Amino acid sequence: MVPEYETVIGLEVHVELKTNSKIFCNSTTAFGGEPNTHVCPVCLGLPGVLPVVNRKALEYTIRTALALNCEIAGFSKFDRKNYYYPDMPKNYQISQYDLPFAQKGHLNIELNGNIRRIGITRVHLEEDTGKLVHPATITTSPYSLVDYNRAGVPLMEIVSEPDLRSPEEARAYLEKLKAIISYLDVSDCKMEEGSLRCDANVSVRLQGKEEYGTKTEIKNMNSFKSLQRALAYEVERQIEVLGNGGRVIQETRAWDEGKGITLSMRSKEEAHDYRYFPEPDLVPLVIDRQWVEEIRASLPELPDARKTRYQRDYGLSAYDAARLAAELELAEFFEACVKCYPQPKMVSNWINGELSRLLNLHNININACPLTPPQLGALLELIEKGTISGKIAKTVFEEMFNKGKDPAQIIQEKGLIQISDEDALIKIVNEVITQNQKVVDDYRAGKDRALAFLVGQVMKVTRGKANPELVNRLLKEKMQ
Amino acid sequence: MDTMTTKETKKQVITTSQVEHVALLARLELNEAEKDIYVNQLNNILAYMQMLNELNTENVTPTAHVLPLYNVFRQDEVGRHMPVEKVLANAPEKEEQFFKVPRIV
Amino acid sequence: MELYYYPAHQLHQMLVKKEIKAEEICLSVLNRVSQVEDKIKAFITLTHEQALAQAKKVDEKIARKEKISPLAGIPIAIKDNICTEGLRTTCASHILENFIPPYNATVINLLNQADAVIIGKTNLDEFAMGSSTENSAFFTTANPWDLARVPGGSSGGSAAAVAAGETILALGSDTGGSIRQPAAFCGVLGLKPTYGLVSRFGLVAFASSLDQIGPFARNAEDLAWLLNVISGHDPLDSTSRVEAPPDYTGFLVDHVRGLRIGVPREYMLEGIDVQVKQVINQALAKLTALGATAEEVSLPHSKYALPTYYLIAPAEASSNLARYDGVRYGFRAGNAVDMIDMFKKTRSQGFGEEVKRRIMLGTYALSAGYYDAYYLKALKVRTLIKQDFEKAFSSFDVLVSPVTPTPAFKKGEKTGDPLQMYMSDICTLAINLAGIPGIAIPAGFINGLPVGMQLLGKPFSEGILLQVAHIFEQNTDFHLKKPDLK
Ligand SMILES: [Zn+2]
Repeated sequence: MVPEYETVIGLEVHVELKTNSKIFCNSTTAFGGEPNTHVCPVCLGLPGVLPVVNRKALEYTIRTALALNCEIAGFSKFDRKNYYYPDMPKNYQISQYDLPFAQKGHLNIELNGNIRRIGITRVHLEEDTGKLVHPATITTSPYSLVDYNRAGVPLMEIVSEPDLRSPEEARAYLEKLKAIISYLDVSDCKMEEGSLRCDANVSVRLQGKEEYGTKTEIKNMNSFKSLQRALAYEVERQIEVLGNGGRVIQETRAWDEGKGITLSMRSKEEAHDYRYFPEPDLVPLVIDRQWVEEIRASLPELPDARKTRYQRDYGLSAYDAARLAAELELAEFFEACVKCYPQPKMVSNWINGELSRLLNLHNININACPLTPPQLGALLELIEKGTISGKIAKTVFEEMFNKGKDPAQIIQEKGLIQISDEDALIKIVNEVITQNQKVVDDYRAGKDRALAFLVGQVMKVTRGKANPELVNRLLKEKMQ
Repeated sequence: MDTMTTKETKKQVITTSQVEHVALLARLELNEAEKDIYVNQLNNILAYMQMLNELNTENVTPTAHVLPLYNVFRQDEVGRHMPVEKVLANAPEKEEQFFKVPRIV
Repeated sequence: MELYYYPAHQLHQMLVKKEIKAEEICLSVLNRVSQVEDKIKAFITLTHEQALAQAKKVDEKIARKEKISPLAGIPIAIKDNICTEGLRTTCASHILENFIPPYNATVINLLNQADAVIIGKTNLDEFAMGSSTENSAFFTTANPWDLARVPGGSSGGSAAAVAAGETILALGSDTGGSIRQPAAFCGVLGLKPTYGLVSRFGLVAFASSLDQIGPFARNAEDLAWLLNVISGHDPLDSTSRVEAPPDYTGFLVDHVRGLRIGVPREYMLEGIDVQVKQVINQALAKLTALGATAEEVSLPHSKYALPTYYLIAPAEASSNLARYDGVRYGFRAGNAVDMIDMFKKTRSQGFGEEVKRRIMLGTYALSAGYYDAYYLKALKVRTLIKQDFEKAFSSFDVLVSPVTPTPAFKKGEKTGDPLQMYMSDICTLAINLAGIPGIAIPAGFINGLPVGMQLLGKPFSEGILLQVAHIFEQNTDFHLKKPDLK
């Protein structure tokens, strides 16, 4: 019998906070910018400079930790993490070691209708590093270039418990985390710009075993899809190693998106010894309870609460509600549409259906959607009034999406108004009946499918503009 | 105050391989002669440090900061940046607007 | 007496009364430098033209009848580990030999606002690690009282320059005695302020939790004037005290009646030269004659200060000095095959022996498996040392001790044995660990070499220390003696 393995995954997520200025100096955190233009003596690590904590960065961290149901520390401090890398101006990173701002939280993920609670070990704050630019790849470049614009951007680290049991769960966790952080408005959460980054600790163990297997750390996963693919690959790799009687080596491995494999990053470097010690340039923090309560009181409605509200108040299915609530902008778009056209189910169907399809197809974010909520509302009203059919509406919708035009304008320009005029339709109905005498006979003989064919013929002649209900009724009347 | 004694102690606190490891952590390159000197000197110094073990510090709180200062913050405001020429003025090597460094691996 | 030996506060009065010009003061000092600097070698960089230009600006202000601040037009030398915008700041290290800071330390901005005249950057032990300036990568400064002897360290250049009349005032930094010990060796006054009184922003860090910038002068009033300018809250330094400091000149009253002096027993034991003890006892007799009371007190953990200090300071230094890697500024070694090789070669060639030794020691003390045994242990003993002082200050206003076990030692005398060199700081180290203020004042001579007395106070009691120093010098003439530099 082939042994059954259980997958064990924990994620370390780094989130760049969207403060205006960096964590320890007043340089801008703006993304991009010419190399080495968003720097000052402090974030360049010049001799003699000192850090001063940006209060907003701490506030954002507490805000996130509260949303993740964490316990906020009463006493906290910063520590130095010492290691050499040219993208680190001081060759130490100001981070947090034994007294992080928050610990012991959790969030719920939902997969195939099952809800699972995933533990959050800790949430802490640190400074981001600069960036290395390689003229070729990291292994073939004759030299590297360093840009310190990103050095000192506040970076929040969220470490999960090893509670995730599949790559799908890991993805669901990261998506949920991203949703929560977006709702909190503390980060842009753009994986492609690196404001949301994720490393994973992966191990497998025989089903039913208590102790964990040897884990590997996987880096360089730059999208939700690559996270899921990399983890699936790594799990399979480890099972294969064990299946062949081998041992998993504790190491860091990089995901190679092109090749679809993880590769060992082992180097001649020494084993890591970060020599943490309390940052002498920063004083300890006694976190004011009243401040924490003020932050708690200011927390917005979070994705789970919003999903429940959509189910309860709007009667949406759990699936539809979850999809809308998963992304703040999408949820807000949905609510704006409902304001214009107060039939939530209908609105939800269009957003989760056509709109999502087109957004995915064109790979654009809801923020960049050219179609406005009043426009979608207007379209749905036209359907309700019978001005256009549901089928025509899809064509109109696509046109609205592409051109950003109002539905009425498109309908007029393209002559798409539904024919609901009995006199106009009766002629066409008569024609169709005479031309399809055999089908009419079938109908009369009790073959229901024959009616659908005849309706289709009328629609074909009217290029889809005929009111289908009316055509149905007229055909039935004529054939009685 | 006690006068310092620098006599050789029998107990080696730090070995040559530890000195090599520490040198790597500190990014220092040592030749064999230097290694010997460091093993010798660090052992002397560390042997002297053993004096601290006379003290029972089990219930003593460590002092990382002498001042009773807490919660020093700055407001989230953006200030002026350095002109890039100034940023790169002291760079041993640069290319365009970047600092240039040897290959990583 | 030549202008270069005048007190700053007197020069100020003369400027205000238009008896002299700032330019004359500056020229007097610069002339003195050209006469004696080849013997003393106090300066790494001199600023002749900028200094004269600055002095002339002060003269213009006076000519325009503008009110000038107390230090306007007064020459001051700056230890070369304090960043000066556009002016080379080397830390007496090859690794920063050509480093030109693009920014000013907060104290430099304060001096500029006060129109003080910066005349140069002074020599030190590399990165302030040492007690003699013999660890300077460039040259050793000589003690003006005996050129064959060291001026002390690490702020040896500043102390020697003040003693030799190469400047009126100077700034140094003190991590374990680096202001007080050279002040004592050179027969001038030096103050290590309470941790947090003077901004560290722009002071190249050695051991961040111990470092403080402080003033050198030839009398207590000048020291108070300079402290007035450089002290105070700095939002750029998180460890800077928020409360505004008092006007220190207000403490320069002429009595010490009722002052309770504690004399720590552990600072007067057999490690201290007998003659040094005699000088301190005579000074104590003088102070009691003036109305103070003196009594022995115990600081039981004193002997642990040295091992505690030499764990904490190198540990912090190993991290603070990690940034010197040849990437952004400073020296870079050639012929490196890759990044890590460049780091190693740069640091090995760029740093001197003592700096490397302390980096090694500190790295070891922080490394996995040793942190609790060394670094954490040292932080705990630091608590005990601090508590010793707190207890002593519950009964005494000031503590009095020698600054150093002996007067200035000969060049080369202690370079072979690092531990022996560390020993010369045994009277000063604990003060930095406790964060309290300490002042070194001239208290006598042994065979023509100055001996310093150390006054210690509770946190932020610089005023009382200056008061005692002031009264002591009102009743003695040690601070008025000048080295013979013919
Ligand atoms: Zn900055």
